[in-house]
Amino acid sequence: MENQLLSIITFLPLVAAIILALFMRGDDAAARNGAKWLALFTTSATFVISLFVLFRFDPSNTGFQFVEERQWILGLSYKMGVDGISVLFVMLTTFLMPITIWSCWTVEHRVKEYMIAFLVLETLMLGVFCALDLVLFYLFFEAGLIPMFLIIGIWGGKDRIYAAFKFFLYTFLGSVLMLVAMIAMYLDAGTTDIVRLLAHDFGSETFSLLGFQVMGGLQTMLFLAFFASFAVKMPMWPVHTWLPDAHVQAPTAGSVVLAAILLKMGGYGFLRFSLPMFPVGADVMAPLVLWMSAIAIVYTSLVALAQTDMKKLIAYSSVAHMGYVTMGIFAANQQGIDGAIFQMISHGFISGALFLCVGVIYDRMHTREIDAYGGLVNRMPAYALVFMFFTMANVGLPGTSGFVGEFLTLMGIFQVNTWVAAVAATGVILSAGYALWLYRRVVFGDLIKEALKSITDMTAREKAIFAPLIAMTLILGVYPSLVTNIIGPSVEALITDYHAALPAQGTELALNEGHSE
Amino acid sequence: MTSADFQTLMPEILLAGYAMAALMVAVYTTKDRLAPLLVWLTAGLFVALALYIGGAGAGQRLVFNGLFVDDPFARFAKVTILLSAAAVLVMSQDYMTRRELLRFEYPVLVTLAVIGMMVMVSSADLITLYMGLELQSLSLYVVASLRRDSAKSSEAGLKYFVLGALSSGLLLYGASLVYGYAGTTQFAGILSTVQDGVPLGLLFGLVFMLAGLAFKVSAAPFHMWTPDVYEGSPTPVTAFFATAPKVAAMALIARLAQDAFGGIPGQWGQVLAALAVASMFLGAVAAIGQRDIKRLMAYSSIAHMGYALIGLSVGTAYGVQATLIYMAIYVTMNVGTFAFILSMERDGRPVSDIAGLNQFARKEPLKALAMLVLLFSLAGVPPMVGFFGKFYVLKAAVDAGWVWLAVAGAIASVIGAFYYLRIVYFMYFGAEQEPVDSRMAPVQWVMLVGVAAIMVLGVINLFGIEPAAAVAAQALVR
Repeated sequence: MENQLLSIITFLPLVAAIILALFMRGDDAAARNGAKWLALFTTSATFVISLFVLFRFDPSNTGFQFVEERQWILGLSYKMGVDGISVLFVMLTTFLMPITIWSCWTVEHRVKEYMIAFLVLETLMLGVFCALDLVLFYLFFEAGLIPMFLIIGIWGGKDRIYAAFKFFLYTFLGSVLMLVAMIAMYLDAGTTDIVRLLAHDFGSETFSLLGFQVMGGLQTMLFLAFFASFAVKMPMWPVHTWLPDAHVQAPTAGSVVLAAILLKMGGYGFLRFSLPMFPVGADVMAPLVLWMSAIAIVYTSLVALAQTDMKKLIAYSSVAHMGYVTMGIFAANQQGIDGAIFQMISHGFISGALFLCVGVIYDRMHTREIDAYGGLVNRMPAYALVFMFFTMANVGLPGTSGFVGEFLTLMGIFQVNTWVAAVAATGVILSAGYALWLYRRVVFGDLIKEALKSITDMTAREKAIFAPLIAMTLILGVYPSLVTNIIGPSVEALITDYHAALPAQGTELALNEGHSE
Repeated sequence: MTSADFQTLMPEILLAGYAMAALMVAVYTTKDRLAPLLVWLTAGLFVALALYIGGAGAGQRLVFNGLFVDDPFARFAKVTILLSAAAVLVMSQDYMTRRELLRFEYPVLVTLAVIGMMVMVSSADLITLYMGLELQSLSLYVVASLRRDSAKSSEAGLKYFVLGALSSGLLLYGASLVYGYAGTTQFAGILSTVQDGVPLGLLFGLVFMLAGLAFKVSAAPFHMWTPDVYEGSPTPVTAFFATAPKVAAMALIARLAQDAFGGIPGQWGQVLAALAVASMFLGAVAAIGQRDIKRLMAYSSIAHMGYALIGLSVGTAYGVQATLIYMAIYVTMNVGTFAFILSMERDGRPVSDIAGLNQFARKEPLKALAMLVLLFSLAGVPPMVGFFGKFYVLKAAVDAGWVWLAVAGAIASVIGAFYYLRIVYFMYFGAEQEPVDSRMAPVQWVMLVGVAAIMVLGVINLFGIEPAAAVAAQALVR
């Protein structure tokens, strides 16, 4: 029973989706409500079951737990399991999905299909975090594009078609290169089992390709192929341009899932594959990734300042925050990676909540233009409070989870590359700039817009949606050990293996200085 | 010639006898009124023969003094050909009856074409090869112009005939060169000749033969006829063109490359790889601008043939296995897709304009969902079975050290994904307008939904096709 726990969590939403698709008929109010309640019930049940995983999880064991393995075609295996790195992503997903479903209670357009899309999406996202077979991982990773493509395309805004295609093709191009790399790994190691691949040494002898000397050899090539996929998914500058479009056009719930969970697949991929499997390649490419992250933080923060659309602003802020994550991961020390994972979890709560905040007023006014608002505090005090809280969390105010993530990643990177740390730290100031300015323009000032005179404050349902997010942001902000205790041992093992795999060369010393503690 | 020879050839003889008898009976009795019955009878016979061939014991028999071979590879290809031909036949019956296209010659010609294909995949000699190929082609030329009163259909038939004759000429010229330099028409003899060194003339012959066969699988740059013939032919005929003949021609390339020129994979591998890359990219890019779904499917099939050729070009047993699996998946997907295309109509007239699918999902959610699954499968997006087809061929390429070919295939698949997504876009988020009607006979509905279900459920174990393909490939590549 315990071994099948992850499969149950993963496929429970899919079962509900199939039931919805096959047995729910009609499009009247009763059918719509039925679909919503079934989806809410299923995602909540999934969350409850996933709590068992969390409580039974043994953080001191750095191996994979709850492992289930079956034979599959092609010599592949169906293998599921979690370790300290992935277990919290599973929890993040199961925690956020009921909130997401509840937040789209007001959708009236093709409700049944909407719920099916989200339920299928949950299955695929959980599959990504649980899969312990390379091809199984790819299967879930790619299949997630299909429901998201439909969510943006059917329920999205005005330019939804362009956004949906851009989203699909960008991410698809990234991942097919990863597929070729996966095949190469399969043939090199003779297995697609992630546990065994983690123990396999991929070749790292420098070879010559088209006249170029490839430092790190095969590992660098594989790293780059995986990087193409994860960097797009993350998204990193300069391949982030699909994200603002997708976010702006996606319906609120779609944006929440996209920002809170789907983006984390990129970071998870770096931690699961790039760093531990290709340490030499990662080490060769780390300076580039670090500088790309620093540029991302500063550049996208500046771009965010210039936005006139609320969702687009938050989308750019997401890219900036993901910059801290990649920076922390490739700092490759305990603080850096702890901070990166922490930042991903906390960003899941905060950015999800921010998109929900935009959704609250979008539902009322049907516009996301910042200029259309102003002085909301006069009519919506509760909303002003919630929005203020998450704006501050986004800025990284101490006491909220946003602070811990930024602080840890900056501390991690400072030991490795002071210049990158210095550039990245300016992002903290810039984020305060765009977030507070947004808040001032939307919430403060006099309520002079005619259309806003009759706007109503949040309903009880909306308040209830935000409650768990506020609670988690605060708890993690004042008691971060909740997260770091779980991820700590696994991260430590990852870092130990990573440095053990690096050749002790002079050129790498500059990067390794910080790891002696 | 012994009784064992005839016994090996039993299925083909039986089919030929059946075709003659059906022709005679129909001509002298009721003519076209008999056609629906003939269609079902023929399809039933195909399925029965597929079961018989699939159930026949293992082993390899070379009969008629080395003209004809029966091995697991031939059996795998024959089962695929027979089943797909049967599926296409039954799902076209309703469509053709309603449009008064259903003549009794149709099932008979299809039967003759299928016999040709079965001979092709079993050929062990250049003469057998040419005989099978021509029997198939001549039947197909006639079927293409089945709608006699339509200029487009006649044009399709004529175009197909002229270009087909040209390709047969190329093939025949190549075969004569091969014969001239090898001194034998038997594959086994050619194989032993090339092992002692390859004369230039023989190489010339090989390239000419490959060019002729590339025409039959519509691989770029020999694809020119495909879009026009696909568009002009009646849709059921297009569905037939897109399935069984492609399997046969692809199997024939594998047969020729491995049985006759197996010792020199370096000589034909590059040719096939070039064809593969050209087909994948041309199919992907040229389909983007298409507005007619039949033309789009033509370019789609060109691209798919490119992927299938990847498996053959690497020259390994695993590559052949990958191609066989790819082709089996490809025909299944096409059967489902054409079941849908057959049903597209407006005011009783067939429609093939993609824009007619606007907002189709709202009108027919289940059919749209099934089509969605098929389109993502054609695009090779996991977890649909189409992905596994691509996975096998890419793996075969990387396995044999052809990484660049795998990368090219991967990039082409992204370009190709765009036009499949475009159909999804029309069906699900297109402009508000009245979509086409979708009138389906129960058989078509079963084909569409059944194939979509196969595409999803196949992720569990591919319905056990993998070991059969492995046995088939190992029998061919020794």
